[in-house]
Amino acid sequence: MSVLVVAEHLGGVLQSGTARVVAAALQMGDGVDVLVAGHNVSEVAEQAASLAGVRAVVVVDQPNLASQLAESVCEVVLTLVDSYSHLLAAASTFGKNLLPRVAGIKRLPQLSDVIEVISADTFKRPIYAGGAIATVQNTAPLKIITVRTSAFGAVGQAAAAAYSGVSVDVNNSLTSLVSETQADAAGPELGSARVVVSGGRGMGSKENFALIESLAGRLNAAVGASRAAVDAGYAANDLQVGQTGKIVAPELYVAVGISGAIQHLAGMKESRVIVAINQDEDAPIFKIADYGLKMDLFEALPQLESALS
Amino acid sequence: MKILVGVKRVIDYNVQVRVRPDETDVDLSNTKMAMNPFCEIAVEEAVRLKEQGIASEIVVVSVGPKVVQEQLRLAMALGADRAIQVETEDAVDSLAVAEVFAELVAQEQPGLVLLGKQSIDSDNNQTGQMLAGMAGLGQATFASAINFKEGCIQVTREVDGGLQTLELTLPAVVTTDLRLNEPRHARLPDIMKSKKKPIDVRPLGDFNVTAQNYLKVLKVQAPAQRQAGEMVASVAELVDKLKNQAGVIA
Ligand SMILES: Cc1cc2nc3c(=O)[nH]c(=O)nc-3n(C[C@H](O)[C@H](O)[C@H](O)COP(=O)(O)OP(=O)(O)OC[C@H]3O[C@@H](n4cnc5c(N)ncnc54)[C@H](O)[C@@H]3O)c2cc1C
Repeated sequence: MSVLVVAEHLGGVLQSGTARVVAAALQMGDGVDVLVAGHNVSEVAEQAASLAGVRAVVVVDQPNLASQLAESVCEVVLTLVDSYSHLLAAASTFGKNLLPRVAGIKRLPQLSDVIEVISADTFKRPIYAGGAIATVQNTAPLKIITVRTSAFGAVGQAAAAAYSGVSVDVNNSLTSLVSETQADAAGPELGSARVVVSGGRGMGSKENFALIESLAGRLNAAVGASRAAVDAGYAANDLQVGQTGKIVAPELYVAVGISGAIQHLAGMKESRVIVAINQDEDAPIFKIADYGLKMDLFEALPQLESALS
Repeated sequence: MKILVGVKRVIDYNVQVRVRPDETDVDLSNTKMAMNPFCEIAVEEAVRLKEQGIASEIVVVSVGPKVVQEQLRLAMALGADRAIQVETEDAVDSLAVAEVFAELVAQEQPGLVLLGKQSIDSDNNQTGQMLAGMAGLGQATFASAINFKEGCIQVTREVDGGLQTLELTLPAVVTTDLRLNEPRHARLPDIMKSKKKPIDVRPLGDFNVTAQNYLKVLKVQAPAQRQAGEMVASVAELVDKLKNQAGVIA
């Protein structure tokens, strides 16, 4: 069994999800290699090589991979993957974009969002917004899998693994990058933060949403949002938590002015401790909250901030 | 330009799914079904492109048993011109659906394929990317804006780090995200008119689905339920519990 993990990186930094994907990979086989594809990625390669359990890092560093387009990275993966039994990436927008393209070309199935490894060919994954958990056996010669990173702890650091540079012909003429707007990266990353404070439609406006940001700052927490808050323009799209947004499982999740629709719960119900602040005592969020506070959030949030200062 | 749009029949998004007591599958008997919300967004986008004079014909496709005709009719009431039902009683996975679409792309030669980014039942988020790979087309997943240029499109994507805009040569595959548009409701006269629009029913066996079925669902279980928590009366009590009972804040 050998596993190829596609590393995810942004601005020369290895994303924290990759260490979690490596942890999942080590449960499937012991020859775990990491592919770093991009441009000017030597530091990313070093970071990947120091993840515990990694056997080797394969680096493909060339200008035509600078924007990491799925079509281009797919060509790289296809040249390398045949000697592996498993191909893994995080179930992030990057991994979700890339791996099924590889699967389509290989005419092989993919298992998305795996949350548990039962054996090298049997896995658990949520379906129906987490309303059910399927145990699926995959007997394909190459098992293509995206990993829900919140379900796995990260591997630690170890002595650097070997790494080798490879060059690959990339001929993608289908797509090109026009522009990218990075969300401001204040505070910890949503996907791996220890504490997340999320606001919903109840916040009422973008200005009021600053109350969430301020509380998050106080708790050294990442900011999250419900779909309704993002749709209304209170918060940026990359803060949406839920079935079709980001999946988080922090130590503490504070939901403010969020009703608790199944699509939102799908993204946060694995959190260790859930706090809900809502003025409607019948809000479904209270059914899954460890601590519920029925209160107007505009009273509760200032009180909470001063109690924590 | 012709647009090919995928439409899937799924559980209504407001309904909580039940698991069968024997844990072989979910139980969808007597469950309210609907068009997958992301497919609705794809249909809406196609209709808007037709209203803008960019699209000339909208062909909607669904793979499944006869009942999927309900969703195809709805898509035609919303503005699609004709429908293809690829008929099968069996459950089909994303890979098989992508193969069917790849064959339809070859036959119909659309300028654009619009699919939902994910269906809310299997939550796979795969079909569009698989199709793009098989058909050798460019892909833009998680689309929140589509702009037509000469011979190409620019698509803005909602990605983890923010927003990204790509340019794609046509034909291409675009998968829709929540904020691409807000789908309209079908009007009664349009529902009546849609009954006259054609549905071409073709057996799945007519398609060259080559992929072997490597996946086997061994079990489907209800998720672990969270323990019911407690209501606190004040912010002070909340902070005290978080510090001294849960130990999550210092
Ligand atoms: C295909 C699909 C995918 C979706 N994906 C997601 C997803 O990924 N993530 C997601 O979050 N949603 C998702 N949704 C949307 C989901 O169904 C809900 O509509 C959404 O989560 C509601 O957001 P909300 O709780 O902020 O708003 P609401 O449901 O409107 O709730 C607002 C809450 O705020 C409370 N409130 C109002 N004012 C105050 C106040 N002053 N003080 C205290 N409380 C107050 C109200 O009592 C209410 O409970 C999806 C829906 C669909 C159809």
